[in-house]
Amino acid sequence: MAKLDLNRVGMPKQSADQRRLNFDEVALGYSAEEALQEASRCIDCKARNCVVGCPVAIEIPDFIRSLKNNDLPEAARILKRTNALPGVCGRVCPQESQCEAVCTLAKKGAPVAIGRLERYIADWELGQSAKTAPGELRAPTGKRVAVIGAGPAGLTAAAELARLGHEVTVFESLHVAGGVLMYGIPEFRLPKSIVQSEVDYVKSLGVNIELNAVIGKTLTIDELLAGGFQAVFLGTGAGLPLFLNIEGENAPGVYSANEFLSRVNLMKAWRFPEYDTPLKVGTEVVVIGGGNVAMDAARSAVRLGAHVTVVYRRSREEMPARIEEVENAEEEGIDFLYLTNPVSFQINEHKWVNGMTCQKMELGEPDASGRRRPVPVAGSEFNLPVDMAIIALGTRPNPLIARATPDLEFAGKGNVIADEQTGLTRKQAVWAGGDIVTGAATVISAMGAGKAAAADIDRYLAGLE
Amino acid sequence: MYPIIAVDELVPRVRLYRIHAPRVAQKAAAGQFVILRVDEKGERIPLTIADWDAAEGSVSVVFMEVGTTTTKLARLGVGDSIADFVGPLGNPTEVENFGTVCLMAGGFATATIMPIARAMKAAGNYIITIVGARNKDLLFWQDRLAEVSDELIISTDDGSAGRKGVVTEPIKEKLERGDKIDRVIAIGPSIMMKFSALTTQPYGVKTIVSMNPIMIDGTGMCGCCRVSVAGQTRFACVDGPEFDAHAIDWDSFMSRQRTYIDEEKRSLELCRCPEGPG
Ligand SMILES: Cc1cc2nc3c(=O)[nH]c(=O)nc-3n(C[C@H](O)[C@H](O)[C@H](O)COP(=O)(O)OP(=O)(O)OC[C@H]3O[C@@H](n4cnc5c(N)ncnc54)[C@H](O)[C@@H]3O)c2cc1C
Ligand SMILES: Cc1cc2nc3c(=O)[nH]c(=O)nc-3n(C[C@H](O)[C@H](O)[C@H](O)COP(=O)(O)OP(=O)(O)OC[C@H]3O[C@@H](n4cnc5c(N)ncnc54)[C@H](O)[C@@H]3O)c2cc1C
Ligand code: SF4
Ligand code: FES
Repeated sequence: MAKLDLNRVGMPKQSADQRRLNFDEVALGYSAEEALQEASRCIDCKARNCVVGCPVAIEIPDFIRSLKNNDLPEAARILKRTNALPGVCGRVCPQESQCEAVCTLAKKGAPVAIGRLERYIADWELGQSAKTAPGELRAPTGKRVAVIGAGPAGLTAAAELARLGHEVTVFESLHVAGGVLMYGIPEFRLPKSIVQSEVDYVKSLGVNIELNAVIGKTLTIDELLAGGFQAVFLGTGAGLPLFLNIEGENAPGVYSANEFLSRVNLMKAWRFPEYDTPLKVGTEVVVIGGGNVAMDAARSAVRLGAHVTVVYRRSREEMPARIEEVENAEEEGIDFLYLTNPVSFQINEHKWVNGMTCQKMELGEPDASGRRRPVPVAGSEFNLPVDMAIIALGTRPNPLIARATPDLEFAGKGNVIADEQTGLTRKQAVWAGGDIVTGAATVISAMGAGKAAAADIDRYLAGLE
Repeated sequence: MYPIIAVDELVPRVRLYRIHAPRVAQKAAAGQFVILRVDEKGERIPLTIADWDAAEGSVSVVFMEVGTTTTKLARLGVGDSIADFVGPLGNPTEVENFGTVCLMAGGFATATIMPIARAMKAAGNYIITIVGARNKDLLFWQDRLAEVSDELIISTDDGSAGRKGVVTEPIKEKLERGDKIDRVIAIGPSIMMKFSALTTQPYGVKTIVSMNPIMIDGTGMCGCCRVSVAGQTRFACVDGPEFDAHAIDWDSFMSRQRTYIDEEKRSLELCRCPEGPG
């Protein structure tokens, strides 16, 4: 066996000074030489740990081998066999805790940069005029499936079902497909053109996408089932933002991260007034939370010209955001106040938010999440001057489906109850997957759930008649 | 795309558009709204469903030209299409036989109140409709309202039609006199709804208002439509748009509505300017 190369090829990035001023992608992607060099580090090991670590079991060593052999079309085909959205996954998957975490080389501290290679292949393919054929499509079965929600879960389920020969219609409430990939994750981390190319790929498999269709309002699940669909996959995500429920929170200037990010990404308010949707950006912005959503909001606000402070109630170690993104945020000049929790907002004479009172916290015993519970330190209140606050505390499923589908079963926080392996819900002919089942999770886990459900729906449809 | 199939200028700057949107027309009910986007660069704005025809597949909206989107919308005519039209959103008005229902409308809300009046009438209620406007030139649909109302009271600020004064006066007199009113529904500008709430509160008459916060998605995703009701944060798009008027924190609501005043002005200047993007 060749000697292990412990030097991962670095990802070229825009410098922090430069990227603070634009919404262009931060990570620039590998050149052909860099991709080859990084691919050559893979030792194509027997254990194939990486595949096991990937929630959709991408045949990682195989696509890397094709890349090494300079057979890019084959590499793209292998990727797409298991993953309809490689350009998305290559950019936003938490590889460091999935495939790369268990890569054989990870023991030496330098796993193969699987995500960056995936991105390289996907981007190469987007640059080609003739797209890779999607592989074998099964002959039409004549069965119809409705997929609700065009996020990663829905798009993956739709692509799989289409490849299996079923006629698929996706119903999406917004005016674009993509879910969080379009309205939540910012352009500088995931260009919207990449998402739309991957949506186009899903359409190229024969999937029909109907926008502006809110299931639970425009149509109900029962109407879909009565109207000729033999099965329904529910992938509506968990979009409803949580709030702190503290004084002053409904004052103008206090945003949910979803509102702020939707204005910026979905409605392109960063290009106001060329685009009609307005946005306020303060000079002193505080972002409350410690996940990817908080990082995205903070980094967007920086690009809009603000000084940003992230307030998080635990310490840096407990932050759920991807390390890479926390580092990017730090490089971009964002300040972090750890072990700090807001207790109220103050407003000025125009009723606009102009201050936030915080309390210092210390870490006590571990709570249900296994992380040490933050406890307030008595008498530690202090004030932060702010003219805009963005709350990124997490989300829950919206109540539309629940209210319109009385015989679907839900858990306490509004998540649909579904079988972990198959996604089957307790309602006949209805499957569910992604954030609506798990609560806010990851793109790839949503895709994994979409795929598993598609396989089970296929089995079910085969048994009909 | 959603084609406009009829246009009617009700009074200057207030127009009714009948739009082809069969799926919305199938489901519409009194009290619900749609969200539309005029074009690719457009904002998503909510408008109440003023009427619908399931057979024709059409939905009517009435809007007042106030800012960029409604100005862009007003430039369109029959045969033009708008990019997006989604709904019906929000919960339908709670309709049952309450007894006597007093409907109060201010401005363009005369259109909004029509389907509610019809539904309330059909449920067997005695309908008192009070419509307020600044002057007689801003009044419309009095004939239609008269058809579904047992009593129709018009008030204008300048006395050019009906009674002189504001919409809250007639109901105040009735309540003072001890007339039985079982439910009030007030729709119009926030300030009118707030004062309607203050008028009925001392008499303990259940009063419903249709809240018009700023919205984006209309499905409970952005959280910008939040309204403080009985000390709790509720989302107008999925929990409303109708709420108990006596439980609303009006001052906080009205300051939230003013969030984008400066930007809206800038945007409107650009939109009105001939070489602007509109
Ligand atoms: C700002 C942000 C940053 C993130 N960063 C990362 C990251 O870096 N890496 C990562 O792996 N994950 C990240 N996530 C999480 C990830 O995006 C989600 O876990 C994933 O998108 C869930 O996919 P989904 O298909 O279940 O739902 P969603 O992406 O939420 O899609 C659901 C779709 O359903 C539609 N819908 C909702 N209700 C209805 C209805 N009633 N009828 C019709 N359509 C409906 C919605 O409009 C939406 O398009 C991030 C999330 C956010 C918000
Ligand atoms: C559920 C609901 C139903 C509505 N029904 C009607 C209706 O039937 N007819 C009608 O004319 N108007 C209705 N509105 C108000 C309508 O949405 C606004 O007039 C419209 O958004 C203004 O857009 P603009 O770009 O033309 O003006 P802008 O320049 O954006 O705004 C002018 C003023 O309108 C208000 N406004 C701005 N954006 C919104 C928004 N997204 N939602 C609410 N108010 C806003 C603000 O007070 C603002 O100062 C309704 C609002 C809601 C929430
Ligand atoms: S575990 Fe790492 S080294 Fe082994 S095949 Fe996968 S990527 Fe290559
Ligand atoms: S409009 Fe976005 S949550 Fe209500």
